[in-house]
Amino acid sequence: MSAPDPSVLDQAAGWLDEGRTVALATVIETWGSAPQPVGSQLAIDSQGNFEGSVSGGCVEGAVVTVALDVMESGAPRVLEFGVADETAWEVGLACGGRIRIYVEPLGGEA
Amino acid sequence: MDRATLDSLVEARKNRRAVALVTDLATGRQELVAREAVNGVAYADRLAEAFRFDRSGVLATDEGELFLNIFNPPLTLVVVGAVHIAQTLIPMARLAGYDVTVIDPRGAFASQERFPDVTLHADWPDEVLPGLALDARSAMVALTHDPKIDDPALTAAVNSDCFYIGALGSRKTHARRVERLKDSGLSEERIGRIHAPIGLSIGARGPAEIAVSIMAELTQTLRQGDG
Repeated sequence: MSAPDPSVLDQAAGWLDEGRTVALATVIETWGSAPQPVGSQLAIDSQGNFEGSVSGGCVEGAVVTVALDVMESGAPRVLEFGVADETAWEVGLACGGRIRIYVEPLGGEA
Repeated sequence: MDRATLDSLVEARKNRRAVALVTDLATGRQELVAREAVNGVAYADRLAEAFRFDRSGVLATDEGELFLNIFNPPLTLVVVGAVHIAQTLIPMARLAGYDVTVIDPRGAFASQERFPDVTLHADWPDEVLPGLALDARSAMVALTHDPKIDDPALTAAVNSDCFYIGALGSRKTHARRVERLKDSGLSEERIGRIHAPIGLSIGARGPAEIAVSIMAELTQTLRQGDG
């Protein structure tokens, strides 16, 4: 299924209702053998709790760190991970794929 | 994503409405576009295709990159015939993300005991199908081998927007079916939408393997179209 997992958004909405600060990460592009299809989402709160998946575990840690920055700054960011990346040794994709992820703050005023 | 957009998105999914969340990756500006409103946007063709193939992705425009995130409602599979193969096919279809409805007027077949956790209609297809609204996210398989049950179901399906229609039966059985459907006034083009014999040709033996071949053909049609 390339359809996003609806439970992630439901969870995120629930967190906002509890007054938590939340960011949302979404896979926007993949090349090669990426573990999660485009549209996959990960919701993160300011305590570092997360729900969903953007890579099957390979880069979630790094995404959570960036998400905390995004919550603070309020500015969305585009991240790229892959074997060609210089950070590959730390958080690269073991499968050899490459992914782009959009990280945005969630739940602000329009 | 602001709260109002998130709420609209959650609401659309609850009501099984297809929507796309379009994000300008440079500015973070977002817009929800309903599937029925695609003609109102500049990149209508690309968005329509993204809905059709359930394919989210980045679109490069003169103004910068847009991310089209497609939120389609769940797929539905209508199984006509509460037969043995259906019992194997249904769990596979559910794993692949389909909501399943079973229709069989024969009460002994369409029992909740044989088909737990699915929507079950122990009625004739022509009584049930008008209420089901077969759309571009629906598939139908006719599995009874009984023309009295299969033919009206297939007629309704070929006249609908459903993306896949399959019918169980040999080439010979299908040739006779085609004759009957032609006699009933259906065009060859409509009849040609029926995949028969059903399933990809993988040498399947027994209900489980036939179910795999049906799911494979369904998936192929969903993801790559009929061409």
